[in-house]
Amino acid sequence: MENLNSYLIVSAVLFSIGTIGVLTRKNAIVIFMCIELMLNAVNLTFVAFSRHLGNLDGQIFVFFIMTVAAAEAAVGLALFIAFYNNKESIDVDDANMMKW
Amino acid sequence: METLFFLIISLVAIVSAILVITCKNPINSALSLIMTFFCLATYYVMLDAPFMAAVQVMVYAGAIMVLIVFTIMLLNIRIDASKKHSHKLIFGSIIGFFTLLNVVFVLIRSRAAVPTGPYSGDMIKNIGHTELIGREMFTNFLLPFEITSILLLVAIVGAVILAKKKI
Repeated sequence: MENLNSYLIVSAVLFSIGTIGVLTRKNAIVIFMCIELMLNAVNLTFVAFSRHLGNLDGQIFVFFIMTVAAAEAAVGLALFIAFYNNKESIDVDDANMMKW
Repeated sequence: METLFFLIISLVAIVSAILVITCKNPINSALSLIMTFFCLATYYVMLDAPFMAAVQVMVYAGAIMVLIVFTIMLLNIRIDASKKHSHKLIFGSIIGFFTLLNVVFVLIRSRAAVPTGPYSGDMIKNIGHTELIGREMFTNFLLPFEITSILLLVAIVGAVILAKKKI
């Protein structure tokens, strides 16, 4: 087993890449995938700490995060489909109905 | 040997994560994301968590990514390269860089003040990871587990109502 810090660095890099993706991309589905990437980086941190501390609570948390991500995927993609039906676009810049 | 393996997996994970945010076609992004998920599953195996690796492959690389790819293909979005990025590319990169510094600093320099548990690597190998997870989940985490089922029910109903044209 590698030491804890290398896992944490990989997790931090993945989280930052996800952040850049969320801030720079326009396609809503790609932004959604970047959010999934950030969630997975956090999951890796949880599992690494769980193994390091000898405590299984972190892995149970990962389990719940996966459940919430699945629920989020179902509702989020349904929202995208509803948005596409209204606007014929999936660009986040077109979601400006509440802007004045 | 294990360090070399770790470095190779890290390289693949980070390169495919970069491909997720740089590919023009959302399908390519989705396939790169699946690659990242498989790398993360490999990490879980290396961290003595084989059950988490199996769940990662089945739930993330299986269920969620199939849903995303299905939606991309259903919407049939045309690719327009001119509008790939917003004008905030540099701004986003700076924010991402500072996020990286912040997260690395916090994760490495902070001391985890959590009580350590009894689960060592040998114990996980002898008893079995799935059994330990199940024991923990159905005793200490029973209430969150039940709340999760309500969350899934709400998500199912919400997805059906949102995707319907006329309720």
